Amino acid sequence: MNSEWLADFWHYRELLYFLAWRDVKVRYKQAALGASWAIIQPLFTMIIFTLFFGRVAGVPSDGLPYPLFSFCALVPWTYFSTTLSQAGNSLISNAPLVTKVYFPRALLPAASVLSGLVDFLVGASFLALMMMYYRIKPGWSLFFAPFFIAGMVLLSFSVSMFLAALNVRYRDVKYALPFIIQMWLFITPIIYPANFLPARMKPFLAFNPMAGLLEGFRWSLFTTRRLDWGLLGSSVAITVLLLIIGAIYFRKTERTFADIV
Amino acid sequence: MSQAIAVEKLSKRFVLGTLQRDTMLRERLISLLRAPFRGRSTSSNILWALRDVSFRVDAGEVVGIIGRNGAGKSTLLKVLSKITYPTSGTVRVGGRVASLLEVGTGFHEELTGRENIYLNGSILGMKHGEVAAKLDSIVDFAGVARFLDTPIKRYSTGMRLRLGFAVAAHLDPDVLIVDEVLAVGDAGFQRKCLNTMEGLRTGGRTVLFVSHNMAAVENLCSRCIWIDAGQVCMDGSPREVIEAYMNTFANAREAMADLRSVENRRGSGEIRYTGVEYLTPTGEPLQVVRSGDPLNIRFHYHANKPVAFPSFGFRLYTDFGTLITDTSTWHHAIDIPLIPPGDGYVDLHIDFLNLLPARYYFSLWITGPASPVYDNVEHCAELDVELANVYSSGRMLDSRSGIVFFPQHWTVHEPSLVGAGSKAGEK
Repeated sequence: MNSEWLADFWHYRELLYFLAWRDVKVRYKQAALGASWAIIQPLFTMIIFTLFFGRVAGVPSDGLPYPLFSFCALVPWTYFSTTLSQAGNSLISNAPLVTKVYFPRALLPAASVLSGLVDFLVGASFLALMMMYYRIKPGWSLFFAPFFIAGMVLLSFSVSMFLAALNVRYRDVKYALPFIIQMWLFITPIIYPANFLPARMKPFLAFNPMAGLLEGFRWSLFTTRRLDWGLLGSSVAITVLLLIIGAIYFRKTERTFADIV
Repeated sequence: MSQAIAVEKLSKRFVLGTLQRDTMLRERLISLLRAPFRGRSTSSNILWALRDVSFRVDAGEVVGIIGRNGAGKSTLLKVLSKITYPTSGTVRVGGRVASLLEVGTGFHEELTGRENIYLNGSILGMKHGEVAAKLDSIVDFAGVARFLDTPIKRYSTGMRLRLGFAVAAHLDPDVLIVDEVLAVGDAGFQRKCLNTMEGLRTGGRTVLFVSHNMAAVENLCSRCIWIDAGQVCMDGSPREVIEAYMNTFANAREAMADLRSVENRRGSGEIRYTGVEYLTPTGEPLQVVRSGDPLNIRFHYHANKPVAFPSFGFRLYTDFGTLITDTSTWHHAIDIPLIPPGDGYVDLHIDFLNLLPARYYFSLWITGPASPVYDNVEHCAELDVELANVYSSGRMLDSRSGIVFFPQHWTVHEPSLVGAGSKAGEK
């Protein structure tokens, strides 16, 4: 049964591509600034963070320039948060499709997760420019960057499958999502480095899968940083667990989507 | 012959309480707090959209599904298309299935016609290469070549429909499931739809389609299933099933269209129409009006004051608002010196109703020398004309053949056999 589900998903891979393509096209078609929005959003957040946390509050950045330190986490974070809110609402915003055509329902959150990658690439190229500006060269660890990005894609997909399915039945999700994302931002080492936290709080970080993935992404870019294997290990384990939970819940509820959406 | 569709004891239940769109966690919590041990679904909020439906369809059959609104037709199509799942029972559909429950599903306003063709094709199950190969033909069919790279938000409703149907018409499935696409669009579009379905039929495809257009069902289908209250009511030849269905429909219809409460009317009001009745020539209420029938239409009126020399008239329109005829007692030189106050009626006798099957509308008027308009009610009564075997040939005329038909006969003059002279043979 599970393999059948996956086979169905594979059979419809072309539709997945088209849905993602549609999301990208539509997002940039009417926005006058087009793709630059993918930069503007993390850029301005970075400026605000630099002013308030870097300068005023004096949050450390492990010897890196604070703007670069926060921006290199904000690009993947922006991907994660936009994807979560888009994919979390994907079943509802595509209700006409869900009630009129058959296709594996998981394609909808999956398409949002994929289309967000375009924004991510735009943001990442700006990040590369910033690194050149600060004359910081990445080392061999850069080859591991795709691994952390893939981890975030998988994590976004797992969480949004669960949220999207829950959203069909309980519209509370729609209202809770922005709030959840905001809280999540603060408990993730974006503004501050993971080792900035006092020792007694550090174990809690292990429960946040974004923590290990983001710290890992930073490690892959900057040769000065050390990789916290324990944190990364727990992040990967939790991501896999969330993927299983998300997929099981989605499978259990997807038969009723067309009836109640 | 191989089987295309097998439906076995299919049931679909909806629990109405959980169907509400904005289900909130709060309500669920409150109800849990109030009555933690009570089951959530009581018998009153359960709706069986389908109940124990079983049927089989052979490959190559064209099956029409008819029934009232809410009878379960659309739910059946949705279960067959795997959009919704049955509560119990099994469904097997063989081969490549395409279901068209709506024209242009997934169209996005901001995307161009070309982009939407690819998107819609993909949603309906076509591969990219397939759409690319058929693109020219799709564009040609839809007649939107000039607007191919315009966002479809600039398209008219008609263009959008044509584009949507053009994509669907190129699906080339083994089994096609269609819901009431004929209900939308103008006459030209409907003709195009019907021609495409005809093409599928002659191409040996299995088609299952829901329609309220009885003429289309009778014309296209080799079989008809009537669904009522979630159950198969009748399954057989289209002609018999439609006739049985139409009879129950007529029984439920008000025998007389009541015009007393119509407020949207013009005229000075000394005399007003109060109702329209369809009767047989002998004065019995007529259940089903068929093409070619004799018909007696009774227009009831009420006069408040004595009215001198009124003329009673009516206009008849098609579904699309084309005026078919406007005649009156005046045209027949019928002088009515005086109508005293009170209720009365005028009868319009039609020996041979030469209208083709469709829905028509009456507008009624009364004028006279003393007032330009006593009464004028627009589109106040419907006349549903049903299919009939008007030429006694067993071959039907339907709304695709136009609006009217004439009593007629044909003679065929064949060329004479070779060598038998050049004069056309007179037989």
